[in-house]
Amino acid sequence: MQPSQPTNAFSPEFNKRLKRRYRAEQRFKLMGIGAIFIALAFLVFLLSTIISGGYSAFKQTYIKLDVTLDKEYFPDEDLARGDFQGIVKKSLYSMFSEVSGRKDKRMLNSLVSKGAAFQLMDMVEEDPSLIGTSFSVWVPAKDDVDMLMKGNIDMDQPEGNRRIKDKQYEWITALENGERLQMRFNKTFFSSGDSREPELAGILSAVKGSFYTLVITLLLSFPMGVAAAIYLEEFAPDNKFTDLIEININNLAAVPSIIFGLLGLAIFINFWGIPRSTPLVGGLVLTLMTLPTIIIAARASLKSVPPSIREAALGVGASKVQTVFHHVLPLALPGMLTGTIIGMAQALGETAPLLMIGMVAFIVDVPTSFTDPAAALPVQIYLWADSPERAFTEKTSAAIMILLGFLILMNAAAVFMRKKFEIKW
Amino acid sequence: MKIKGLIFAGALATATIMSSPAHANRDYISIVGSSTVYPFATVVAEQFGKTTQFKTPKIESTGSGGGLKLFCAGVGVDHPDITNASRAIKKSEQEKCAANGIKDIIEVKIGYDGIVLANSKKADQIELTRKDIFMALAKEVPGKDGKLMANPYKTWKDVNSSLPPVAIEVLGPPPTSGTRDAFVELAMEGGAKKFESLAALRKEDKKAFQNIAHTLREDGAYVEAGENDNLIVQKLQANPNALGIFGFSFLDQNSDVVQGSMVDGEAPTFENIADGKYPVSRPLFFYVKKAHVGTIPGIAEYLAEFANEKAWGAEGYLADKGMIPMPDAERQQFASDVKNLKPMAMK
Repeated sequence: MQPSQPTNAFSPEFNKRLKRRYRAEQRFKLMGIGAIFIALAFLVFLLSTIISGGYSAFKQTYIKLDVTLDKEYFPDEDLARGDFQGIVKKSLYSMFSEVSGRKDKRMLNSLVSKGAAFQLMDMVEEDPSLIGTSFSVWVPAKDDVDMLMKGNIDMDQPEGNRRIKDKQYEWITALENGERLQMRFNKTFFSSGDSREPELAGILSAVKGSFYTLVITLLLSFPMGVAAAIYLEEFAPDNKFTDLIEININNLAAVPSIIFGLLGLAIFINFWGIPRSTPLVGGLVLTLMTLPTIIIAARASLKSVPPSIREAALGVGASKVQTVFHHVLPLALPGMLTGTIIGMAQALGETAPLLMIGMVAFIVDVPTSFTDPAAALPVQIYLWADSPERAFTEKTSAAIMILLGFLILMNAAAVFMRKKFEIKW
Repeated sequence: MKIKGLIFAGALATATIMSSPAHANRDYISIVGSSTVYPFATVVAEQFGKTTQFKTPKIESTGSGGGLKLFCAGVGVDHPDITNASRAIKKSEQEKCAANGIKDIIEVKIGYDGIVLANSKKADQIELTRKDIFMALAKEVPGKDGKLMANPYKTWKDVNSSLPPVAIEVLGPPPTSGTRDAFVELAMEGGAKKFESLAALRKEDKKAFQNIAHTLREDGAYVEAGENDNLIVQKLQANPNALGIFGFSFLDQNSDVVQGSMVDGEAPTFENIADGKYPVSRPLFFYVKKAHVGTIPGIAEYLAEFANEKAWGAEGYLADKGMIPMPDAERQQFASDVKNLKPMAMK
């Protein structure tokens, strides 16, 4: 019988009540949909502001220079001491021979990034036979030029208020018309460390710093967390003491992360003497933070293994250790790994504890070991957001995109493993 | 047995990491300190790292006070070699350093930074005096009879009839910031001195005077906007009625959206700060542990890179980043002090 067409067998009061109950259900559904809609709208807003603000950072303006590496620029044996800045300047002056006067020359020179000289230096160090030859090379433009090309500088403003002056604008237009100005894929962003020049700043040192930190965290927290969970779940007697431990582990999972940073500063740096700002100390601190998460996840997945498995194993004469390691743990492992990956993702996005142990630092050299000073991805975002140059705004958004990308990847891996290895009882 | 192997491998890896030498000799310079000096020191460090055989120094932005605390904790590879500061070292800090065995400290002044009050370009430029600033922002101001009272001024017009009738709203740094220290010292104290009763108090009891001049009001007219100056710039764009307090380099980079207010008739321009005409400017420093020169590779060379006309000169790359260079004579003085590694005297 269709509920919307009540027969006369029911009293009118009943029908009224029925309608009211349906209306309440309808209202609740609408509120639920509304909540989801609002949450989605925030998410879309967040992602769209980050992506629209950051996608341009993956492109970078380059200027084509005709350089001549005359021998006179290399008075020294040491090729790195050559006057590369002079070579770049000369190339610019030859392109705009009408420019004279110190001030104008300074303005002209400021179109090209400091990185141009470093680029030439690297080229010469790799192939010293380049000295004495002439060739064309694409070098990064200064961040102000890049911002102009990306439409972030309003040329309608009076000249005094712009980072790009009228003369510079003329030169830039001339370069553009001569096809000497080009937007290209910004390889530097992925292949170099931090820099104070936005056009030379890259994410690699932060990514590697985060990687080394997470390796330490994983190596320490996974075995410890799993061992603790197995003992508590399978071996520990059920008494007041283990209850206390359980409560404390649950509490630790909710402790603000900055407190772990303070603890790390006091113990690892001041007491053990581990060097500041290194992935080693960062990994140790993040281990403290992720351990409770992993223990809780591991215990939950051990609990979900049905007791019949244990009873069967014990029934055929397996010892307790054999039961756990041969039968229970393999079945619980997928769940434990999922919990671990989520804990790792949390650790990847953490800045607060790293503040205390000196990982919020300007690191140019890409770290190559666990004891090299390193920054981490979220720290890099924080540092760029605080930099005065406007071009760092888009770098900040781009770095956020990369961090989000890693987080999505890790969470996807967790979902995949759960789907693939999950056993339904 | 697979799992046992896994656990064993994990334990082994853990043991290897833990036993790796924690006290390895440091082969890079470790720098801490002021967030105001950070944007300048990092440029020099980068240039140094790219043009020499040494590693790029590591620079942490800890604030002036935090930096000196770390710096004075001791001698040795565990402690930083250099600390940046947006104020001079205090006597108490120097004593603490000495107590921890740091006898010789080289003081290097690198240039000046202007502290600007700025508002959005959408509004008119504001002309303030230091007295206006003090009257608008102090927690207690002298009334007509000279007695102190809680700050009654709600709008800028209340403070000075030539100012616009908009509510006082100033976004500025929190008390932990060196910018705030310098602001209260230069702008607020300068304004407070204009009151006869306070000027008299200053002669009698300096502590009490500073207490009045350094205490900003807490009724919402002064908003602590955090250490992030970019955030203040963005908030000013959103709210044309608000003023913001930050370092000159941020005004320099954002001159198309915000404008600096005139203080005592002087606009915060590069030239005015360099000449010393603009009243709210402060020197920037860094401090070097002499004992580390020679033990940590590259310190002398880093100092040479900093104390170089190409870097801190009138047309050097630090000026491009918004730092105000010192006058020529002062620059030469500090350059020669740096070259001879001349330690500073005890205060």
